[in-house]
Parts: sequence; C-alpha cells; structure tokens
Amino acid sequence: MGIVVRTKSITSGRKGPGLFQPLKDVLRLLRKGSVYSKTTSFIFRIAPTVYLSSVLMAILMIPHGSTPGFISFDGDFVMFAYILSLGKFLMIVSALDTGSSFEGMGASREALFSMLVEPAFFILIGSFVLFTGHTSFESIFSLLHFGSNVSYMLGIMATIVLVLIAMVENSRMPFDDPNTHLELTMVHEVMILDNSGFDLGLITYTTYLKFAMYGALIANLFIGKLSLAYSIPIFFAIQVGFAISVGLIESFRARFRMGHNPQYIFILSSVAMLIFFGILLLTGKFI
Amino acid sequence: MEKFLIEIFNLLTLAAVLSFPFLKIKWRGIVALGVLSTQVIVASTVAFSVFTKGLAAYSYAGSWVTGEIPVRIDYLSAWFILLISFTFLTGAWYGFHYMKKYKDQSANLTMHAVALMMAYTALIDICIVQNGFAMLVIWEIMAISSFIIVIFEHQKKETLKAGIYYLVQSHVGILFLTLGFLWVKVKTGSFDFEAISIFTASQPALTGIGLFLCFFIGFGIKAGFVPFHTWLPQAHPAAPAHVSGIMSGVIIKIGIYGILRMLLLIRTDMMTLGYFMVTISVITGVYGVMLAIVQHNFKKLLAYHSIENIGIIGIGIGLGCLGLGAGHTILAICGFGGALLHTVNHSLFKSLLFYCSGNIYQATHTMDIERLGGLIKKMPHTAYLFLLGALAICGLPPFNGFVSEFFIYSGLFKGISTSENVIPILFLLFAVIGLALIGGLALICFTKVFGIIFLGTPRDSTIEVTTQEKPLSYIPLYFTGLLIVLIGVVPLLLAPYLVDTIQLFIPVLNFSGSMELERILDTLTSVGWYSMGFIVLTAVLFGIRHQMVSSRENLEDTTWGCGYTGDTGKMQYTASSFVRSYRKLVEPMLLIRKEKSESSGIYPTNLNQVTHPGDKLEMWLIDKPLFFLRKILNSFAFLQNGQIQAYILYGILFVGLTILFPIILDKINILIQFLNQL
Repeated sequence: MGIVVRTKSITSGRKGPGLFQPLKDVLRLLRKGSVYSKTTSFIFRIAPTVYLSSVLMAILMIPHGSTPGFISFDGDFVMFAYILSLGKFLMIVSALDTGSSFEGMGASREALFSMLVEPAFFILIGSFVLFTGHTSFESIFSLLHFGSNVSYMLGIMATIVLVLIAMVENSRMPFDDPNTHLELTMVHEVMILDNSGFDLGLITYTTYLKFAMYGALIANLFIGKLSLAYSIPIFFAIQVGFAISVGLIESFRARFRMGHNPQYIFILSSVAMLIFFGILLLTGKFI
Repeated sequence: MEKFLIEIFNLLTLAAVLSFPFLKIKWRGIVALGVLSTQVIVASTVAFSVFTKGLAAYSYAGSWVTGEIPVRIDYLSAWFILLISFTFLTGAWYGFHYMKKYKDQSANLTMHAVALMMAYTALIDICIVQNGFAMLVIWEIMAISSFIIVIFEHQKKETLKAGIYYLVQSHVGILFLTLGFLWVKVKTGSFDFEAISIFTASQPALTGIGLFLCFFIGFGIKAGFVPFHTWLPQAHPAAPAHVSGIMSGVIIKIGIYGILRMLLLIRTDMMTLGYFMVTISVITGVYGVMLAIVQHNFKKLLAYHSIENIGIIGIGIGLGCLGLGAGHTILAICGFGGALLHTVNHSLFKSLLFYCSGNIYQATHTMDIERLGGLIKKMPHTAYLFLLGALAICGLPPFNGFVSEFFIYSGLFKGISTSENVIPILFLLFAVIGLALIGGLALICFTKVFGIIFLGTPRDSTIEVTTQEKPLSYIPLYFTGLLIVLIGVVPLLLAPYLVDTIQLFIPVLNFSGSMELERILDTLTSVGWYSMGFIVLTAVLFGIRHQMVSSRENLEDTTWGCGYTGDTGKMQYTASSFVRSYRKLVEPMLLIRKEKSESSGIYPTNLNQVTHPGDKLEMWLIDKPLFFLRKILNSFAFLQNGQIQAYILYGILFVGLTILFPIILDKINILIQFLNQL
C-alpha cells in the first residue's frame, strides 16, 4: 500500500511519505479512543471485526503455487467469494446503521458494484476450471501453465481482469477516489465516515490486507510449479509490480463518473467471457 | 404400522374439526394447536421410520373410478414430510400468538384453524398417495384450504382479490395436472403413478417430454416458476404472516415435490429436460430477485425472493437431470442433493423472515419499508433474527443457505471441468453466471431491507411502535434460527437422510459413484469446519477489540452530517434512493412507473416522486390477453341480462343439448353408414 502511495507521489513530482507510513497510521488509529454515533447499534460495532476476520479467512485459502493454502478443499473459491461478500454485507449494513445520507450513498454504490463484479470473478474461475479440470485454488494454480502463444495472451487477459477486480473491490482510482475532499464522489471511504479509533484502524488494515490478497492471487497465476526458492522472490516481485501498476493507473486516470462505473465493470465480465471462449477453443472442446 | 399411523393422522384432523362446534371459542385455538402438534409428531415418526426401515407401502381398494389407491412412502416423501411438518410446527405456534390480535373475530378464527389443519393434512397426504385421481382430489382440498387461510382478512378488498387470483391460478394448475393424469389413464387405463413410467418407457422420448411439460406447468404454477409466478407476490402480502411463512416455506415446495416425483417416474431424454430446467430456472432466479429489489412492500419483496429461491432449487434439479442424462454421477448427486437441501434451507429461512415481518407488521401496522427505520432499538429480538435470515437467504457463510448453494456450485464447476461437449459447458456456465448474479443481487436486496427497516432512525414520525415483544412471538423463531446456524456449521446434520433420498434418483450408485459421494460429503464437512473457524476467529477478534476499546475513552455523539448537527430522520437514505442506481441500470428490463412532480421557481415547495414497480411478464402474459379476452367476451354481455327466466332457459337449453348431443351424433353416424352403403 505504501508503494502505491509512493508511486503516486513520485509520478506527480512529490517525494511522498515513507513506505511504511500506512502501517504506522493503522497502529496510531488502533491506540485511539472512538466516537460512536447515537443512532448506531450493535451492528456498527461488530461490522469491522467481521470484515477483518472474513478477509483473514479468505487469505488462509490462497495457495502459494503448488503449496496449498492453510485451508483447501474442493470448490474453495466459492467459499472465497462468499466469505468476502459476508464482510461486505456487514460493512454495507453498518454504513446504513449511522443513518447518514452520505454513508447510505456509499453503501448503495458498494452493493451495486460488488454485485456486478461477482459474475466476472466466477466466469474467470470457471475458465480456469475448464482449463485445468480441477476445482480448488491449489490444484488450479499448480496446474496452470501456459504452453502456446495464445494461452500466454489468455494469461495476460486473466491478469488484467484480476487487477481490475482488485481495483473495484479495493475502491481504487478509476472507480473510486479515496482521497477526494468531496464525500459525494466516494464509494468505500464514505461508508466509514463515522467509524473512528480502533474500528477505523481495523477497517483500514483490512483494506490493505485485501489489496495484498489480490496481489497474491495474481502472483499465483505466474508461479505455477516453480520451487520455493524461485517462487518466493517472484511472489514479492509481483506484489510490488502489482502495487506499482495500480499506483501508475491511479496517477494517470481520472475517476469515472459514477453512472459510468457499471458499464466499465461489464467490460470485466465480457473480457472474462472472452477468456472462457478462448480456453474452450484451446482445449478443443469448441464443437 | 405406517398405515395405522397415517390413518390416525388423518382421523385426528377429522375429529378436531367435528369437535369444534361443541367447544368454547377459547378452547378451539388450543385444540387446533394441540392437534397440529400431535399430527406433526405422528408424521415425523412415520418419516423417521421410513428412513430407518426403508420404503413403506400399502394400498386401499378404491372404487371403480379411481382404481386401486396405492400409498407408498419412500425417501422423497419422507424428506418432504419432515420439511412440511417442521414449518407447520413453527408456523402454528407462531400463528397462535399472531392470531391473538384478532380475538374478537371468533367465527373467522375457527374457519382459519380448520383450514390450517386441512391444509397440513392434505399436504402430507399428497406426499404419500400415488394415485393420480386421489392425488387430484387431495390437491383440490389443499388448494381450497390454502385459499381460505390466505383470505383471513377478507374484509379488505385487496386481500380478497389476491385470494381469488390465487385460487384461479391454482385451478389452472390443476387443469394441467388433470390433463397429464388423464393422458396416462387413457393410454394405460390406470391412475397409478407407476403407469406413468411404464407408459413413458414404451413411448418415444418426445411423449415423455410432452408429459413432463404438462406436469411441469401444473406443478410449476404452485412452485412459482417464471412465467407462472404472478400469484406469489399477490397472495403473500395478503395472507397473515404465519400463513405467508407456511405458503412460502412449504406450499410452494409441494410443487417442487411434484416435479421431483415426476422426474423419478418419467423415462425420457434427461438431457433435454436438464437444458429446459436450467434455462427456465436461471431466468426464474434472476428475474425474481431483480424485481424483488425494487419492491418497497416487504412481504411482496419476500415473495419475489421465494421465486428467486425456487430458481436456485430448479438450477439444482436441472443440473441433476443433466448428470443423469450424461451419466455423470457426480453431477446428479450435486444437483439433486443441492436442490433437496436448498428446499429445506429455504423453508427454514424464508419462514423465519416471514414471521419476523409479521412481528414488524403487528408493531407498526405498515408494510412499507420507506416509512420504517431504527426498529433494532425497539425490537432487538426480531432484528437479530431477521439479520440471521437475511444472511442465510443471501447464501452467505456460515449459514445454511451457503451450504446448499455451495453444493450446487461445486456440481456446476465439476461439470465444467469434466464435460466433453460445448453445449453442456455453456449451459453450466450460464447457470454459474446466474447463481453469481443472484447472490450479488440478493446482497443488494437484503442490505436494503435490513438497513432501512431496522437501522438508522425512524423515517416516518407518525408510526408508533406499539407492541412489546412477547416470548411466544420469537421463541419459535429462535428454534428455526438455531437450525439455520446448525445446518450452516454442521452440514452433515441431514446427510444420512439426504444420501438416502439422492440414491432414489440415481438408479445404480456404483462404486465410483459412492466414492464421489464420500468426497462431496468430506468437502461439505470442511466447509462446516471452515465456517466454525470463521465464527471462532470473529469471536476472538471481537473479544480482543472489546478489551482494547473498553479501556479507551469513548464518546457518543450525533452522526456526522457535514456540519449539520440536528437530529432528524429525514436526511437519511431511503429504500428508493438506496436502489436508485440499480433501478437506472435495469429500467429497460422491468416495468417501473414513475410519477414525479418537477421543481419550479426559486423556492420550490412540496415535491414528490412515486415509483410503482410492475411486472413486465405479468403484463404481457396475463393482463394483455385478459384485456383482449374481455373485449371479445363483452360482446356476449347481452346474455347476462339479470332475468331469472332467461337463466332458467339457458339451463334447460344446456341440459337438453347434453342429452340430445349423443343421440344426434348417433343419428349422424347412422346416416353416414347409410350413405356408405349406397
């Protein structure tokens, strides 16, 4: 995350804060007291915790190349998607809990965008399943190797889709601008306006974790069956590369108009469909 | 043994109904509740004994019209008996509390109690009887008694209208069922269900598909498959809450039972049926939830969600058919297993949600989401139970909805990974996209419902929350809620029964098949452990958080309002604004009428905007044809002139014609023969 901020400031000609500044921010937040709105209920207090634990549980399932994640079973990617949805459900509801119109706005957008992203993720996973013939993260990624030129192209497309999904899910720039001064134009950030202190720390930390999680997922696309000695440096290189590219995209893109976001997300699904048909062709199952 | 129990079961209803005239009003409700509970125990005993001892069968002699009436209770029947009984148990206990509000309408209440018992008895009997004619009779009893329980508040005009709408549609369904049974009867001379499989096995596949379509329409109207769903959103809001829960939980499930039963019997090309089921179910699921989001009457919204869940069940059934057709045991296991499990799960969380909605309605006397808000402070029990149901219906872990959706998902992905042809793969992908979309849309919908009804501050100051929560209004609900969590964390809770039931569908479960079954069950166990881990992790984290937070200085203040510090509920997001961006997106596909007054001048005064979500399919398929039909039939209006003499004349004409018709036909035949001989 620090890298993203740094890349952005460098490209915009500033020096920028240190790489570990975001973590320091989180630690500072965790030490602070909180202010709760009178309107809120228990939901508001438990939501950040559920959000964190849902992302933690999701991370536990991500494999490292051919080494399985801590938890791995058939169809774990379904669990992956749904456990993240659970965290999101609670965050949306907690935003509504404050009774603020800003937060309601953020909640409404978050719900809509995450609904639109879901099919893209499942089509992508479906094409991997078709390609490898296996149905869990671990076996998919360990068998994913790109042979011919065409399949390299598919790999690149898959990476693009995953990067974009990560951007949407983490409310990064083309979809959402976390740093803007105007609440009306935010998505994720506006949902947590009323969170403070420990809870805000948790949420911020979770967002960073989620970002790294998608980076890890992308890294898995490339690691495949390499031995640990090679794969660990590659893993970190890809994480850094992911962060830098996100930073670059953010620096050179303006935020979309809210109304155009859905159209952009539909592109994701259609690219994922393209990958699916590409794989159908590759495996020779297409008629 | 089973015969004896079932007879006891039926006699109990009869005895209760006969004793009603001699009882005081106060006792009638208690007797009805007692009888229903006893019946539930009896029925469950039968079901459990079937699961332990295997199929139970006996038969009655019947008459010359019906032929022999066989009663066979197999695993499928037992599965549905358990499901129906549980929902009726909670429904009756909850309803007992719910109906206390209407104590003064004694005659009405008695009628309601009688109809409720009749409906339950009929539902159970439908599950076990295997004679077409007998089933139609019981089906009719069920249709009429459920009509009576729906129109409890018949003094309201809309309720009566919705009830009649429901009655007409269920009779259209009966018409198709009759057609199906008569077709088989004419061809084979028997109403016995087994005749269906003998008949279809001897015919080309097309006949089987035709017969299935006939039954599908009949049962599909009950189940609420799009485009036969239009009665659901009308009947559910009209009925009292416990009846809505029962209707959505089990009465529409009897349609699913019928479809599953027919799939067991009809021997035909399963692939085609699978494609058909998957397509119509995905449409049902997505269309249902798309319409649900724009509804602002929460019972109507829940009704549309029933349609969505029927879609999910249908996807499971379709997947199972594809598996049977292609000979993929694993697909069949996942498909039928997921469908059966989701049937149970849906009946649990949907009845829970409807009971909660009943609590809300009794406390606030409105069903309009827009006018509510902040109820979590006044009705905490209802709020948390509703949240539980909402999370479960969105299919989120660690609750039961996820388990069955996961079951279906894993079947779909297994199918994608192993199929060799492109067509099944595309259909499976279609189903995956459908399921993913349904999940996402349900999330929007239930964040909206829960967030707007229970959270924030009240949106309409004229609504006073009147009642206190009484234990009876939430204890049956907690019971249901407990099961929802239990199935979510221990998915194998129902596994032994589920496996028995699945095996009915897969004629020969060979060795590799049972290996696959083992693997699927193992996966489900790990899903359960994972959910458990999630709960524990959350609890631990929350504990840590609690320790950390309570030691700090914490303040309470108003919600940040960009500088505005007043305490008003009017600035909050409402349900319409929450779904506005969604509505804009789907507007071309749905029918949403908007009435809006534009602002004008420097100081605009009252502005208002009203949206009426309509159902485009309903307009095309029902309203438009009805309009034309009425246009044509109106030209015959002169027949209905209100003179009794004229009506008697019509009667005589009709009777005369029916008597004369065969004679005339006979004469014509003679004439033709005569002409032929010339």
